[in-house]
Amino acid sequence: MSANLPTAISGSSGHKLTAERQGDLMTINMGPSHPATHGTVKFLLTLDGEMVQDVDISIGYLHRGFEKMSEQGTWQQVLPYTDRLNYVSPLINNVGYVLAVEKLMGVQCTPRTTWIRMMISEVARIVDHFTALAAGALELGGFAPFLLGLEARETLYPLVEELTGARLTTSYTRIGGLRADLPDDYEKHLMAGIDKALYCLEKMGGLLTKNRIFYDRMIGTGPLSQEDAISSGCTGVMLRSTGVDWDLRKHQPYLAYDQVDFDVIIGHQGDNYDRFLCRIEEIHQSVSIIKQCFKKMPSGPINVDDWHVVLPPKHAVYNTIEGMIAHFKLVIDGHAVPAGEAYQAVEGGNGELGFYVVSQGNGRPFRVHVRAPCFYAMGIVKKMIVGHLLSDIIPTFDALNMIGGEVDR
Amino acid sequence: MAPTLVDLVRKQFGSAVLGSHSHRGDQTVLVQREKVLEIMAYLKNDPAMAFEVLADVTAVDYSTYPEGERAAVSPVDAGHPSGLTSATLPRYEVVYHLLSMSKQQRLRVKVPLAEDDAHLPTMCGLWIAANWGEREAYDMLGIQFDNHPDLRRILTYPEFEGHPLRKDFPLRGYQPLVAQPTLADYKDQETFR
Repeated sequence: MSANLPTAISGSSGHKLTAERQGDLMTINMGPSHPATHGTVKFLLTLDGEMVQDVDISIGYLHRGFEKMSEQGTWQQVLPYTDRLNYVSPLINNVGYVLAVEKLMGVQCTPRTTWIRMMISEVARIVDHFTALAAGALELGGFAPFLLGLEARETLYPLVEELTGARLTTSYTRIGGLRADLPDDYEKHLMAGIDKALYCLEKMGGLLTKNRIFYDRMIGTGPLSQEDAISSGCTGVMLRSTGVDWDLRKHQPYLAYDQVDFDVIIGHQGDNYDRFLCRIEEIHQSVSIIKQCFKKMPSGPINVDDWHVVLPPKHAVYNTIEGMIAHFKLVIDGHAVPAGEAYQAVEGGNGELGFYVVSQGNGRPFRVHVRAPCFYAMGIVKKMIVGHLLSDIIPTFDALNMIGGEVDR
Repeated sequence: MAPTLVDLVRKQFGSAVLGSHSHRGDQTVLVQREKVLEIMAYLKNDPAMAFEVLADVTAVDYSTYPEGERAAVSPVDAGHPSGLTSATLPRYEVVYHLLSMSKQQRLRVKVPLAEDDAHLPTMCGLWIAANWGEREAYDMLGIQFDNHPDLRRILTYPEFEGHPLRKDFPLRGYQPLVAQPTLADYKDQETFR
């Protein structure tokens, strides 16, 4: 925040509307398909003039039965469904799911795979934050920042495609490894793409950060206290914007996050503007992590050396009976995951993305449950918008960055 | 060696703890429904526990779980006064994942529930997160949470029949088609829950 902006501007945020009610309460439906909310969610609002007096939030419009479908196939067959959870950052979902299954199996992936998984998680986080910033700006009327954000996203998606073969439905990880190693010169391509994205970010930040209209809409709106954020299970940017120093990558490090240097970005008053600034700064931190990953990434195999976990190489499948059997067993029976349960949480684009997996001791999951960060964040939205203006719902909802695929599963 | 979280819970609540495991480093306690509210309040408020965050609420239907394997997920102490063993555990288990940011620790609390008696007290008084988490467990598995302020379906719609994550829920079939409610349906209501 800059010193030359008036700080008393928060008068527009408190919305202490004390005027007498002039007429009846009005009930309106906002959503489920509203042009200014990116995501299908319905707010059933009770309005007193322009002030929200009560709201009932309905989610579930994108419910596809992810958890039920997961119980029907093999462990590896769940992976393509995870792409469709948070469809803006599918790589983090891929990584989170295989980490949970590997934890239950007691498999440790190879060092190179560890670093590649970290690197792609950060690429996905950058894309996620760009989407949140761009869509948020658009819905407040900023079309140029939206185009810049999408431009940045579109420089990164082809790089994800170069790596995984798909822009969104990546399915890049495998239990015990990865689909493939990095392509040739990938570091050069990726860093060039990131430079371009950072250029867009700078332009975008320049258009928004001190923009009076944007500032007025964001500062002080969607207030969230630390107590409410913690009690409601908010994680990620939502929690950090209130000033809580908590990032799974830092405080409960998985993969090799304890070997990279980065800062946890925290806000100080838990409003939409803090969330906006946190996201911008987290993009810079992710870029720093990506650079460190390339520097520290060892060479070596990407898959563990165990045919019970990873499919054998094709020459072994076609030329040896052992390879053939191992391939057949993995494809038809699935991974022999011992009976038990495990919970693995990773820092997703919006917060703690947890996978709770229960095995019945064979190749088919007994239960797969996703702890979606947005689901719990949506649970506190009512408290953030009741008593405030109708127009504040838009920035609040944008700064939360609800992803329907993840909330509704 | 310092006592583990599970040891501390056992010391405090004795036979209310049915069993425990720490498979793959996930500390887990299996507790009886009668004491669960007391145990959760202790886990949240005790300074040594300090579980400020209810990270997740879900439930599992074990009705088709292979015989004899249940001890791997839900071990019950040998000779527990309740007379339960892993093999005789009831159908459902409600699973809470707790997180302590200040102590940087996690704990899983599981509560077995019988098929014809699948209810337990709500945790809404302790954590706001319990509200939506428990609504989801109710919607997906039909667990009743007593004294929940707003126990409605959340991912499916009000007219939906059955609870999809139960193991006996059919994979094929039809659900009732309903018209979208119009504003006239809400006309008489002053406010909503």
